[in-house]
Amino acid sequence: MVIERRWKRWVYFYAPLTLFVIGTLFPFYWMFITAIRPDHELYRSWRAVTNTPFWTLQPTLAHFQDLLARTTFPRWLWNTFFIACVSTGISLFCGLLAGYALARLRFPMAGTLGTAIFVTYLVPPTLLFIPLADIIRTFQLGNTPWALILTYPTFLIPFCTWLLMGYFKTIPKELEECARIDGATRFGAMIRIIFPIAVPGILSAGIFAFTLSWNEFIYALIFISSPERKTVPVGVVSELIRGDIYFWGQLMAGALLGSVPVALVYSFFVEYYVAGLTGSVKG
Amino acid sequence: MTRPIAGGSGGAAGVEAALPHPGTSRPARVERVLENERLLATILLAPTVLLLGVFIAYPFVMGVWLSLSSTSVGNPGEFVGFKNFVKAWDDSIFQMAFRNTFFYTFWATIFKLVLGMWLALLLNRHFRGKRIVRAAMLLPFIVPTVLSTFAWRWMFDPTFSVLNWMLFKGGFIVTKLPFLSDGAWAMWCAIVINTWRGMPFFAITLLAGLQTINPDLHEAASLDGANGWKRFWHVTWPLLKPVTIVVVVFSIIQTFADFQLIYVLTGGGPANSTHLLATYAYQLGVATGLLGEGAAVSLFMFPVLFAVVWIQLRYLRRLEGA
Repeated sequence: MVIERRWKRWVYFYAPLTLFVIGTLFPFYWMFITAIRPDHELYRSWRAVTNTPFWTLQPTLAHFQDLLARTTFPRWLWNTFFIACVSTGISLFCGLLAGYALARLRFPMAGTLGTAIFVTYLVPPTLLFIPLADIIRTFQLGNTPWALILTYPTFLIPFCTWLLMGYFKTIPKELEECARIDGATRFGAMIRIIFPIAVPGILSAGIFAFTLSWNEFIYALIFISSPERKTVPVGVVSELIRGDIYFWGQLMAGALLGSVPVALVYSFFVEYYVAGLTGSVKG
Repeated sequence: MTRPIAGGSGGAAGVEAALPHPGTSRPARVERVLENERLLATILLAPTVLLLGVFIAYPFVMGVWLSLSSTSVGNPGEFVGFKNFVKAWDDSIFQMAFRNTFFYTFWATIFKLVLGMWLALLLNRHFRGKRIVRAAMLLPFIVPTVLSTFAWRWMFDPTFSVLNWMLFKGGFIVTKLPFLSDGAWAMWCAIVINTWRGMPFFAITLLAGLQTINPDLHEAASLDGANGWKRFWHVTWPLLKPVTIVVVVFSIIQTFADFQLIYVLTGGGPANSTHLLATYAYQLGVATGLLGEGAAVSLFMFPVLFAVVWIQLRYLRRLEGA
């Protein structure tokens, strides 16, 4: 071990770590405190003497009530959840099959296809949204959840494929070969031997894909126009700002409620998420 | 179908070893299996290729066509050559957006790398509550960018900014700072938020890299008299370089093509001074309906992204070759 003195540990370790924690979490605290603060306290000048920005003595749920009663927020939550689940499911299905083929099977063009999928992994949605909007219009998918369910996989499949391919490569070939000596077909071995072993990898890819689709903004902004069909990020941006007026209490309540589900999913599966995150950049 | 055999996040590590390699016998079957393998590969890859073909390759080709045409909403347009690109290049807002995109990407990436590395080094030590701290640090990366950017926007609010309040009470300022009402200030605010959001990604992936480094190496270096900084520079950094390069490439692509942060924070304002290529393309292509010009602006991102991806691919190949 490298031994160090106590004051050094405070200066070089605890102090910076504390600053990191405060810096990271302060915006969330601010979101929370704004959401439960009554309006008359919210809009008080920054140099007013009575200003106590970091806490409130009159916490209120009025902003949450307004949000739930006057907007279709629960509907947005459901839309986001539904779209995220279905597109994650589709992406996992495609990614599993493709990842297995690229990791295990020998066929012409395997290398080229692998590279092509990797390259699409790096194509950002902002490069394609204008022509995509046109295609969505041609297919008459505009303003339906299908517009998002079918386009989200474009950035989820490459990621799932890449992650699962890496995972399959760590599973020894011998397992499959044994199964096939015992009479299993290649397809049967894949379904019954390899996929069950890959469950942790599938879970990682699934959690990560779910958070990515929950986060998606630009496609949802462009393809969906009816208020009741929007996802949380788009709904909060477009429906909670009326004209030029920002209802900060409601906005922060919406931001908080919109973040909680994805944060919950994340907190239950932190280890899988981290595995997905670090696996997503491994070659 | 998906009954777990080996559970836990350890995954495949448990099934390694054992099982001798059976060699490649059964020559009679080889041909049939190869046949199957091709067929199976085609079937397994079909859904992926179909989806990516229809929603990535096709739009890309169409984007190139749009950028060469005078199409706008309700007007099919005609081929106009490079007119849209030339027009964009001479447009002062475009020039601003172009410069901003590089500026934003450059500084945000530097900050994320330095702070992320620092945080990773801190998290790599043993302390109580480490798991909770690590989980909390990832929160900015999990929460939808649009929603967290709203919290920041409220913190930067011209009239009610809490940051102004803190600086004022601390005696650092006498009048409020123009966070979002001045173009240059607003750009730096966007860089701060992007750094806040992206830093955990750097920290956690670099931490995973750090954990693979054998502690004996540090022990040996410190016995040889190397201090903390030297140990980092001569032991940690060379071993961490591969993962760092990959993370930086990912981050550059994400940052260069960023849209949501600016859209929510400033909407490109004040006076179009904080547009990025993506937000300007949105304004032209979607808000104004000039599909051709918008597509041309977003295609200006392509050469840079292509170069970055190409470098990445070459680097990966070199690693595999080594």
